[in-house]
Amino acid sequence: MSTETIVTGRRRSPSRLASAQVAPVDRKRKRGGSRHRPASVPVTLLMVAMLLYCLLPLFWLVVNASKSKDQLYNSFALWFSGDFALFDNIVQVFTYNDGIFLRWFGNTIFYVIVGGGGAALLATLAGYGLAKYRFPGRRAVFAIILGAIAIPGSALAVPQFLLFSSMKLTNTPAAVIIPSMVSAFGLYLIWVYAAEAVPDEILEAARIDGASEVRIFFSIAFRQLMPAVITVLMFSLVATWNNYFLPLIMLSDPLLYPLPVGLNQWASQATSIGGAAIPNLVITGALLTVIPIAGAFLYLQRYWQSGLTAGSVK
Amino acid sequence: MSSTAVSVSSARSTASIAAPKRRRRRRDWAGWIFVGPFMAVFTLVLIAPLIYAIYLSLFRETLVGGTSFVGFENYVKAFADPKFWEALGRVTGFLFVQVPIMLGIALFAALALDSARLRWVPLFRLSIFLPYAVPGVVAVMIWGYMYGSQFGLVADLNDFFGITLPDPLSNSWIMASIGNIVTWEFVGYNMLVFYAGLKAIPHELYEAAEIDGAGTFRTIFSIKLPGIRGAMIIATLFSIIGSFQLFNEPQMLRSLVPNQISSYFTPNIYAFNLSFSGSMFNYAAAIAILSGILTMIVAFIAQNPEGIFRRKNRNAPQLEETA
Repeated sequence: MSTETIVTGRRRSPSRLASAQVAPVDRKRKRGGSRHRPASVPVTLLMVAMLLYCLLPLFWLVVNASKSKDQLYNSFALWFSGDFALFDNIVQVFTYNDGIFLRWFGNTIFYVIVGGGGAALLATLAGYGLAKYRFPGRRAVFAIILGAIAIPGSALAVPQFLLFSSMKLTNTPAAVIIPSMVSAFGLYLIWVYAAEAVPDEILEAARIDGASEVRIFFSIAFRQLMPAVITVLMFSLVATWNNYFLPLIMLSDPLLYPLPVGLNQWASQATSIGGAAIPNLVITGALLTVIPIAGAFLYLQRYWQSGLTAGSVK
Repeated sequence: MSSTAVSVSSARSTASIAAPKRRRRRRDWAGWIFVGPFMAVFTLVLIAPLIYAIYLSLFRETLVGGTSFVGFENYVKAFADPKFWEALGRVTGFLFVQVPIMLGIALFAALALDSARLRWVPLFRLSIFLPYAVPGVVAVMIWGYMYGSQFGLVADLNDFFGITLPDPLSNSWIMASIGNIVTWEFVGYNMLVFYAGLKAIPHELYEAAEIDGAGTFRTIFSIKLPGIRGAMIIATLFSIIGSFQLFNEPQMLRSLVPNQISSYFTPNIYAFNLSFSGSMFNYAAAIAILSGILTMIVAFIAQNPEGIFRRKNRNAPQLEETA
């Protein structure tokens, strides 16, 4: 078994938690265990089927974004056909209707940075505060947040709109950004993580040295929370980038739309009276909507996965 | 761990004689510096609208008489509203079919990733999770096109294999088609929740089970599943809430097939159309709160699953003792 574990120990990437274990010999033994068995054919086949299921629609998207409008209707849906019209389609997407797509793109990035970034920041501060401080009203905060998670958003959409409307906030970027800044899931994740990753002794030592609570957070705790912060940031970025329902309700001016709402307007254009069907632009626009968020997602995954895994240790 | 930290800090505060009282009081409120900003936005975005919704649902607005207090009249009306019950029945059916399928697949995938019987684990993990990053609007568009006769993947397959597949957008298949889209979007997310839970199980348990002669399935049912009970409850809870809130997928498919998807297809779509097409804000608020309360009841019941998990959970401490 010991030779096996040496081999497997090399193959598995070192995780943050495992490297914190005490003795190296002990660690190897723990990692070994029931690992390193021959690959199972049925399991692999089923997982390949699942992989195809998950990637097929994205493959369809790439293939069809490269087709001209005519070819879309007249070719096999799952393979390239005719001239490679991808770049032509991209140019059309960005020039159609006075280049409104670019405007939607900019809106989305703005909402994502302010709303999604704000959500990660607020959740990090609050999660840390709940994990590391005992303050009056803490129990009430617990109860309110837990209760609110259980309430479905559908119950709140209409009154949210009416309330924002009475505050003259509807049809402004603030109506999309402010609700995006709440991430109860993020708060929970940071809370669980901070309880483990930030030792009270360090905070206490910094206090004795005379550091303020805010300074302690930014110069000490924040760094230790990084894996969880990136996880939360990733989820809030995805949520804000993909948000459809909230801007649909809050915004009426197409110049303020984010990509999903704008795209859906293009897609339903064909069914409205006098609207021209622009399926090739819808499909290429969809591809352009997916690429940045999928790219960010793939790039950040090496950082955020450790945060998620560690966050689940309770 | 927390108990030692407390004893350390209390020892320090008694050791430092100089004005321990004042410092303590300052620190007591310090938590609000961090929690305050979140709670301020939270109050504006969630708590205030909730209170406002309850308030709204108790009134009736008429063109002639203006707004008048009607107590629970809107709720009584909702209870007698066949459209509301039809919508609720539909999402309940969806919940009982789609959620077990999705979570079952996600659980299988997570166990496979964790089994050490699979190669290229990072590839599978990322690919299966990738749809979660795709905007819901785009997901519905892609599947909508693939289902539809326009760009006809289904039609192409019929031609290619000389078969007749059922039309995914027909009346009898539309729910299954929506279920497929939702499954595609969220199976990877749930897989990751389960996988994170599995990674947190101490390896000593597996070694102990191996020494005791437990096989793969015995290990899964006696250690892994009880070990991720918390993750399973969370995933189930979010899926239940998601089912009751079903909106995006049917709402967007509506523009493709308006005849198959009514304006009261789900409770959320019903409330949305009542307020934004019909300007019946008060009744819409009552519908929304009612479906919210029902969601909470179902979610609460699901948090205490009697039977399977509880019984299996009893085995885990025993194994731990032998280790």
